[in-house]
Parts: sequence; structure tokens; C-alpha cells
Amino acid sequence: MLQNSKTNSNIIMVKSNSNVIQRESVVVKFVGDSGDGMQLSGTLFSDTAAMAGLDLATFPDYPAEIRAPHNTIAGVSGFQVHVGTRKIETTGDQCDVLVAMNPASVKSNLKWAKPGATLIVDENAFDAAALKKSGYAENPLDTDALSGYNVVKAPITQLTREAVAGIGIDGKTADRSKNMFALGMIYHLFGWELETSNKFFEKKFKSKPLVVEANKLVLQAGFNYAETVEALSSVYQLTRAKMEPGLYRNITGNIATAWGFLAASERSGRPLFLGSYPITPATDILIELAKHKSLGAKVFQAEDEIAGICSAIGASYTGSLALTSTSGPGLSLKSEAIGLAVITELPLVIVNVQRGGPSTGLPTKSEQSDLYQALFGRNGECPAIVMAASTSGNCFYYAYMAAKLAMEHMTPVILLTDGYLGNGSQLFRIPKVADMPAINPPIAPPNDPDYKPYRRNPVTLARKWALPGTEGLRHRIGGLEKEDVYGNVSSDPINHQKMVDLRDAKVQKVAEFIPKQEVEGDEEGDMLVVTWGGTHGPAQEAVEQARAEGKKVSHAHFHYIMPLPLNTAEIFSKFKTILVCELNSGQFVSYLKMTHYGPNYRQFNKVQGLPFTVAELKKTIHQMLEEK
Amino acid sequence: MINPRNYTVERSSVELSKEDFVSDQMVKWCPGCGAHAILSSVANVFPKLGYRKENIMMVSGIGCSSRFPYYVNTYGIHGIHGRAAAISSGVKIANPHLSVWMTTGDGDSLAIGGNHFIHIIRRNIDINILLFNNQIYGLTKGQYSPTTPMGSVTKTSPMGTIEHPFNPGELVMGAQGTFFARVVDTNPRLMTEVMFEAARHDGTSIIEILQNCVIFADKTHEAITGKDVRDDRQIILRNGFPMIFGKEKNKGIRLNGTRLEVVTIGENGITETDIMVHDMYERDPGIHLMLAKMSYPNFPVAMGVIRSANYPTYDDLIMEQIAFAKENSKIKNVDDLLNSGETWEIK
Repeated sequence: MLQNSKTNSNIIMVKSNSNVIQRESVVVKFVGDSGDGMQLSGTLFSDTAAMAGLDLATFPDYPAEIRAPHNTIAGVSGFQVHVGTRKIETTGDQCDVLVAMNPASVKSNLKWAKPGATLIVDENAFDAAALKKSGYAENPLDTDALSGYNVVKAPITQLTREAVAGIGIDGKTADRSKNMFALGMIYHLFGWELETSNKFFEKKFKSKPLVVEANKLVLQAGFNYAETVEALSSVYQLTRAKMEPGLYRNITGNIATAWGFLAASERSGRPLFLGSYPITPATDILIELAKHKSLGAKVFQAEDEIAGICSAIGASYTGSLALTSTSGPGLSLKSEAIGLAVITELPLVIVNVQRGGPSTGLPTKSEQSDLYQALFGRNGECPAIVMAASTSGNCFYYAYMAAKLAMEHMTPVILLTDGYLGNGSQLFRIPKVADMPAINPPIAPPNDPDYKPYRRNPVTLARKWALPGTEGLRHRIGGLEKEDVYGNVSSDPINHQKMVDLRDAKVQKVAEFIPKQEVEGDEEGDMLVVTWGGTHGPAQEAVEQARAEGKKVSHAHFHYIMPLPLNTAEIFSKFKTILVCELNSGQFVSYLKMTHYGPNYRQFNKVQGLPFTVAELKKTIHQMLEEK
Repeated sequence: MINPRNYTVERSSVELSKEDFVSDQMVKWCPGCGAHAILSSVANVFPKLGYRKENIMMVSGIGCSSRFPYYVNTYGIHGIHGRAAAISSGVKIANPHLSVWMTTGDGDSLAIGGNHFIHIIRRNIDINILLFNNQIYGLTKGQYSPTTPMGSVTKTSPMGTIEHPFNPGELVMGAQGTFFARVVDTNPRLMTEVMFEAARHDGTSIIEILQNCVIFADKTHEAITGKDVRDDRQIILRNGFPMIFGKEKNKGIRLNGTRLEVVTIGENGITETDIMVHDMYERDPGIHLMLAKMSYPNFPVAMGVIRSANYPTYDDLIMEQIAFAKENSKIKNVDDLLNSGETWEIK
């Protein structure tokens, strides 16, 4: 069976006489009614996989409603986990194992299962009412509708109730643990111990010993049941992933973002202030930072999005690392205040965890359609740094860098992530704060004889940060145009032109302080696949597969968008075609055409609230290579 | 002079004067504008607060009132329309060692910024808000505002407004305000007094200043501020004193059942003992609300500090939570945080 981990030797068990399927990676998806506990099953599965030494990526896929009508398609909530022995770049196009707790789950998610996938269903949930609500005319378990799959019809509800009979819990509580029955079956399929999850129950339900006992019993019952099922007689074997040595943890993008800011606050010595308003899918950043008062983080849950950013601007003026977190519609509301931060030249990070738009759009689905808004969505000539994280884990690094650039260059920075990165999780190698790059905000010393509100550092063009309370530096700033150097209100035409140019040059100069753009693959070839933000994984995998087939394709994934890295033009010049793939109608490609006119740009776009699949990207690469 | 509950704001080691706060900017309000008198009162008050001059900060929104920070030499932000309360909140929470003063108007705080206005009050963040109420939009040249009396003809209400105006005092009490005062721009002595009281109060202090706009709403408050009528149409409330007013000092406010009424001392057996004594520190806002709502012609309009109730401030409470968390949490730095919970070592 699986190799023992040195640190967690008890995770992998040696068991049974099952057939063994050797795999590099396996995708498991848990789906059920929202409220069925699918997010928890997925999380526990991920933790156990990580303890077993596997790399992983997760993708929660849930509806906007908290509890949509029971047993309907609208109420289906899912959690997909991709585990493997190699570096896991994506959450997987389709799953190898689909756990479906009711007919609606099967109906809505069968398209995400690979042909021949193992399908574990709770046959007790396929009653007439549930079938009707999900739109099945006939029970698919009784017809050949699922004949292309390895279907395991398990009486999960019934066996869950039997497992806890006699311990003295009510039927409702008993039924709520049926997700653990399915999880137990999955653990059997992978040959894993139940210990990690059992420990979790003990911690999570500390004050409810009966609930702990019920969950443990049901998990074990599911595990034991799987042993008896012929359709599950094969077990997966995944050896430990080859990963860079170090200490790892599982982390979601939103938590990584919050922690990146905390690290930047500590490293820069600037106290953290977050002004924010709850909005899906960005709220977890607010929730996470609110937990860390022991690190001095001040978190202000404002009355609206505007107050969120305006309070952050006030805090920035006083010398805090000022942040506001939001999602698409919230960014719209913050536009005017971003302009205030631009003209007052105050450091501020605006995180936009993008979701499907326009308007309320698809709150729980992911898109990259706010790029135009981030770049251009303000009145006046109003430049700000725009950058994007690309994995759940590197949200930590890019949040840190956003804070560093904001403070060192005295400018707002818009950091784009998305719901997919924010809620998805990944194994994350734990860094040391001391190893992060230094942050040196240009704080003016008391009685600084050179200080003028808009006198600039000639290298960065950043003005100095003069904090209230400091002797000799009293000054006023505001939203009216300011006189160069002195900062008095000025509507002089020549001065306005000069200030517009200076604000733009200051942001453009940031290009000299960011890393050069890298190319994955050869430096020249027939095609360069260009992506940005949360689409790195599938693009990388598609390009790798095309390269393995001998295609002259490389990949450039952008993290810095405004300004673009200085070597962008040089990189583009060495490829016959630049294929820009993004989850919008072509915003980055238009921006590239505007800033880097010349190359033969092609584009591939999808706006369905879903990530790219490796398969569709690969198909597009092939098609476009043939077209030329 | 000031005796705040806690000495969060650093004290000045030297005596300050008006000159310490003079700005080099030209004051660009219209001649005769009530804002000049407010500026003059602020210039008198700031040096006497006892705070270091670097620890005073001014924040404003948009409108005539909001040009104020340019005219006082302190740290300051001239913000965007309606958002001064939100900006001030961030300033004070981030740095509680600052004495924060906000200037705003009836349009800025009661229309576009209404949401921030009620929430800063509800949170009781320690900020002093000077609400210039001239019942008109001045800087955009004469449109009606949320305090314009119903029926007023303005540029955007050629047939008279058909909106019920806000009484700012009522709004403040409704938002659980802990401090509310009202003054007229032509009474600099009372204005100065009230500003000191606002500074002394820990929490959000609202001073409604009935201000005259000479251009677009001239004499809008004339019915109660006119020299010959003001003694009969205003009552200046003083804590611990009976609510007596009038040219002859013979009128008073009495609580009759659940309502206030105006009575005349010496008539119908009324003596001074029947007159209510003002208690601005009372936590129950009931009487304060009735006083704030008194309006001409049935009542004199209440001036001075109407309410100054003692409640914890947001800025104090957040500092207490941080101190508690720092003492009790195992997570002392970000490395502790990164290594907390489940981790796995890969060799």
C-alpha cells in the first residue's frame, strides 16, 4: 500500500486484499443538498490527503442561497478535490469519483464525471418526491441512464441511522452525519486511516460528546461498508508527492490574502487597518483579519462599501497599512474613493475577489471580468497599480507585494483574485516573515526640512508619508487638484497637466521595481499562451501536454498588469502567435493590443462562471496552431 | 481646561495661541458668510484645548463647510462628498491619539452622507462634528437640502419643496447619539463654549450650527435669530439650571404629563419651581429628544448642549479588545500564525 510518511506514519493503512490502481492523481467530487455537509466532507478529505503527503487543490462550488429548496438542482452544493503525487496545478476538469447524496446532485453533476467514473449515491434519497424535484421522470438507478459509470448504490441514510442507533441522539442529528458515511467509503477507496478526521470531530464538537461519537461511528460504518461492496474492490494507490522540503499547510486564497497583509504589516512596522463590508466571495478576508487583534489588526466592518474604503483612506493618512476588501459590485461603489486615494497619493490596497457580473451577477461563481474596471473604472486620469494572484497559495505573496508596492510608491494598488482562488485551497509551503522582501515606506521624519506634501523621490516619484502627530509636518491634502510640490489647491492648467503626468509616471515607474515576466517553456516558438490571474493551472497543464506532443508552444502568465513587466514586448516578439486565454470577453487581450501593438494576437474566452478545463484549452491550442 | 475621561490625546507642553493655527491660505467664503464666525471660534478653541498642535486633525467632505481644513493649520483631509464621517472614523480608529474635528454641511451629512452620519453616531466614535446647517446647497448655487423648510422656493423647487425636512437633533437622538448641541453662527460666545463641551465629551459630538448663507438662503434662520425676537424664540440651555427664557426672563419650559409646554412665571400660579431643570448628562434621551424637537412658533428653539451622555466609545473598546487579545492569545507574531493549526513537514 502507500508509503508511510515519516511525520505522519499512522495515516496510511495496510489493509484488505483489494486490487490496486496506480495513479498519479485522482479527482473526487462531493455533491449534495446545501446543508448536507459537502464542504465539510471535502475539507476533511483534503486534510487527510495532505497528511498522507499528497499535493492537492480544492474547488468549492456552492449556490448563492444558504439553503435553497431541498432536493432541487438550485440547492446543489459541491466540493471538488484533486489529489496527487505530482505538483497539482488544477482542481481537475472532471472527477474520477463522484459522491452524490441525492438525485439533483446526480442530475446536475454527471457532466463533471469522467466516463466510467465511480459514482457513489445514497439510494435512500431517490424517492419519488426527490426524483420529481430534480426533474427525473424515472429513477436513474433503475434505468440504464448511468450505465456508463461504476455505480455504487449505497443505502447511506439507512445505514447511518443504524450506525448510531442506541447512542441516544435524535434522528435529525443522526441524518446530519450521513456525509461522514460517504467520506468513510472514500477513505476505504484510498486505503486511508480515519484518525485525522476523528481528531477533527473531537476538536470541533468538544462540547457535544454525542455528536463526536456519532460522527466517528458513521465514518467507521461507511469505511466498513465499502469493504463489502464489489464495485469498490479496487483501491487507489498514490505515492507521496515530490514536493520541495519544508513545512506545509492547507490554505484557501482568502486566508492566504489576509495573512499576506498581516506579514506586510509586521515587516513594515505599519499597523494594519481593514475597512470592509461583507460581500461574497470576499467576506472571508474580513472574517479572517477580524480574528487577529493579537497582532494589532484593526478591522472595521463599515456600513457600506464606500465607508469601507473611505475609513481605510483615513487610516492610511495616519500611517496604517490600509486595506479594503470587496468583490465586483463593491469595487464599483469604491470607484470615487479610489480616485481620492490616487490624487492624495496615499497607500491603499483594494482587494477584489472577482465573481461573475455584471450587477449582482453570479455571486458564488468565478470570472475575470473586472479587469477593465480595475484598470479604467474611475473618473479622470486615474492610474493605479493593478496586479493579480494566480493560485490560492500565492495570494499570500501577492497580497504582501501589493502592500509593499502601495506603501513604497505611495499609491493605491488593486489586487485581483477571484472566487475560485479565494475559496479554493492548496498546499502551501510556510514561509518565514524574515525571508520576505523588506518594506521601506517613505515616512517623513519630524521637522524634516525638505518636507513638502508633494515633493517627490526622484527615483520612485513617490511623495513622503507625513503622519499626524509628527512635529513640523502639518499639512492638508484632499480631492481638489494640488499644486506640484507645495500641495496647495490649484486649478492652474499647466500645473494640472503636470500633476496628471506625474501621477501616471509614478505608476509606470513601478515597472522598474517588479520582476521581469517569465516564460514557461522555450523563449521562442509558434505560439505563446498568455494568461493572468486564476487560470494559471489549466493553461500550464494544457501547454505542457501540447509540448509533450512536440508543439512549439510556451506559456507566459502575468501577475503584474498595470504596469506590465518591462520585457513584455521582447517576449512577445519571439512568437508567431500570442494566444490570450481569459475568463471574460477579452479584456486583457484588448489591453495588450493597446499597450503592445503589433503581435499577432488571438484570443480564447469563456464567461460561464466556470474555470477553464485543460481539455478545452488544449483543443484551442491545437486548432489555432493548425489555422495559421 | 479640558478634562476628558482618558488622556488619549497627547498634551502640549507649551501654551499655544491663535497664531499657531493660522493657515497661509486665502479664505474664500463669501463676505458675510456664517462660516467666517465658525472659523474664528475654532481658532479660539484649538489653542486652549491643551493638546499638542500636531495631534489635532481636521476632516471634511464637500461643500462650502468642507473647505474649512485648508483654513486651519493642522493635519487635515478634504475628502469627497458625504464621506467625511467615514474618513474620520478611519483616522480616529487608526490613531486614537488624535483629536479629530470634522466640518460638514446639511447636504454633505444629511443627504449624500446620511448613512455614514447615522453610523458614526451609533458607534460613538470620539469625533467632534461641526454641522453647518444653512438649509441650502451653497457651493452648487442654491438647490434645496434635506433641512430646507417645506414649501421653500429654490432653484430646484420653483413651486416650493414638497419634502419633509430633517431636524438634525431628532436624527442624532434616533441614531443613539451621545452628544448634541445647537448654536447660531451669530453667537460666538456660546459657540466657543459648546465646542469646549464637545471636546470634553468622549464619543461622537454633533454641533448643529444654524448658519446663514448670504447668497442663496439669506435670513433663513431670521425668524429665530433676529435681534428683536431671539430672546423670545430661543432658549439657551445650561446644565443644572432651570429652562427659563424670554426678554423678561419670565418664560419657562414645563413638563406637563408626557409633553413639554411653555409657561409664564407668575401667571396661573406658576413659580420657578415648576420649571424643568436641564440635565444634559441624563442617559435616557426622552427629554433631550423633546428639547431638540422644539420649534418656532410653538416653542423656543433650544440652543446650547442638549445632550451629553456618557457611553463607551468605539475607539476605546477596540483598543481594549486589542490589549486583551495581545495578552491572551498564543499568536504573538505572524510566524506563530503561519505555523498554527495543522501543518505537515515534507523532508
